[in-house]
Amino acid sequence: MSAPTAEQMTTTPTPAAGPMGGASAATGLKIFSARSLKHSFRDGESVLMAILLPLMLMLIFTFIFGESIAAGQGGDRGDYLAYVLPAIALTAAGFGASYTAVVVSNDMTTGFMNRLRTMPFPAVTVLMGHTVSSMVRNMLATAVVVAVAFALGFRTDASVGQFLGAVGLIALWILVITVVFAVLGMVAGSAEAASGYGFILLFLPYVSSGFAPVETMPSWLQGFAGHQPMTPIIDASRSLLNGQSPGSEWWIGILWCAGFIAVALWLAAVIFPKKVAR
Amino acid sequence: MSYTEDALIEISGLSKSYGKHQVLTDLSLTLTPGIHALLGPNGAGKTTLVNILSTLIPYDAGRVRVLGRDPQKQRRQLQRLISLTGQYAAVDGQLTGMENMLMMGQLFGLSRSEAKRRADALLERFELSSAAGKRAATYSGGMRRKLDIAASLIAGPELIFLDEPTTGLDTRSRQALWDEINALAAAGTSIFLTTQYLEEADVLAERIMVLHGGSIVAEGTAAELKDRVGASTIQLHDAAGHIVETLPTRGDAAGLAAQLTRIAAERPEVSVTVRKPTLDEVFLELTGEPAAQDQQKESIPA
Repeated sequence: MSAPTAEQMTTTPTPAAGPMGGASAATGLKIFSARSLKHSFRDGESVLMAILLPLMLMLIFTFIFGESIAAGQGGDRGDYLAYVLPAIALTAAGFGASYTAVVVSNDMTTGFMNRLRTMPFPAVTVLMGHTVSSMVRNMLATAVVVAVAFALGFRTDASVGQFLGAVGLIALWILVITVVFAVLGMVAGSAEAASGYGFILLFLPYVSSGFAPVETMPSWLQGFAGHQPMTPIIDASRSLLNGQSPGSEWWIGILWCAGFIAVALWLAAVIFPKKVAR
Repeated sequence: MSYTEDALIEISGLSKSYGKHQVLTDLSLTLTPGIHALLGPNGAGKTTLVNILSTLIPYDAGRVRVLGRDPQKQRRQLQRLISLTGQYAAVDGQLTGMENMLMMGQLFGLSRSEAKRRADALLERFELSSAAGKRAATYSGGMRRKLDIAASLIAGPELIFLDEPTTGLDTRSRQALWDEINALAAAGTSIFLTTQYLEEADVLAERIMVLHGGSIVAEGTAAELKDRVGASTIQLHDAAGHIVETLPTRGDAAGLAAQLTRIAAERPEVSVTVRKPTLDEVFLELTGEPAAQDQQKESIPA
């Protein structure tokens, strides 16, 4: 590279600064959703993980544990597949969403966010963009899970409304876990630490009604497993997929989600403006 | 201090602390458009000052105006006129060079077509056209820096902040970047850069500020700063070229001639160099020993 001569500089003038307004929140969201989706799909390994992981989980639980867990409940492997399906989708979503913590942390710690915050647009749209792409990625993984379940013989008695209701509940939980991971990514000192914190959260679905009935757990675990936020979501989704009424579980689940989202948004509103890489 | 129409940056009585740690103390400074270098050791508060001026963090006390705007109260207005290039190349490695440029342009409120037009011109100017379609993660350190700076120019800022722009670059890339920075300034963009490298400040900046202990301890052109430390010195070298003695001078020709005549008579075996102090020596003198720091501040009108 050599310094442009005076002649070159007149042919490629520095653009004059005009009274530009900067991007609106909507434009920012559009730009950063597109950016984050590009990240997801260009990082082939992360896409592969997002799809392979739920598949592996489903195959392991159906073919290795399925028969013996179902036997205890007087069912067979097919029954267990139907039983475990919502939990597989939610567990996979947890893994997929943990990626959000890593990308948010990367943006926060590499100086990228600092530059954006000196620019005339709402920088919080970066976080929103990561959330949008996490939703897309994980709904895709959920679709793969459901498709493979069908291939393995899963059939549903659910009406279209019930099916969409179950998908909606799963989507809501994906949103919850995404914003939780986004906040973790914001407070973590590094991307590695961010994914480390997330690891703990990924065990949450196992201590719920997702993989085995709560009644089969030791009594000291039943209190937590029966009342933790994932249990009503899983129970309601499972009922809906079976074509049954979700009872009161669905709104308990939704309340939990709303609570989590409200707290995460509040934390983000407090922490984000103060977080400057230095 | 009254606001002057043509001032680039006006600071008076600026203080900033993180908790109990006081980073900037009663800092005052007035700069006119041009290239300015803020020189200081690690931890002197250079980045903190840049972050305040570039609207990134609030300040505690004092009066700050950048291009006539308060970076805290007129944040959005100021943000349209400046850009920040931080210590780490803040480009998105997963996006191509062109995608990075378009993203920045659109965030500044440019239409996609206008952003594309400017991106093409800037990528060409920074000799990145052939790499425009490749992901920035595949770029060399020097290329990433160039992309970083190109991206910061897309909205045509009046003032760009470069926080240690050549840290981590090899000598060649550093020289190339210096050429670019000089060309930018020649085209009318003001530059506020921080550096730990005295050579960098010497080569680039019209005015150099030395930040130490949270205040500007010296300010001026490289030549002025050197003069503050003292006049030229005479160095005596042995046959192997090692410096055996350094003698101060009064700086005038007659005195120097007399000193040299005496050396020629008394010590015919040595060879002689007469030199101005380097910026390194200036720096050491100005910021050197913590114990002498207060004295220094008093003796140098900052």
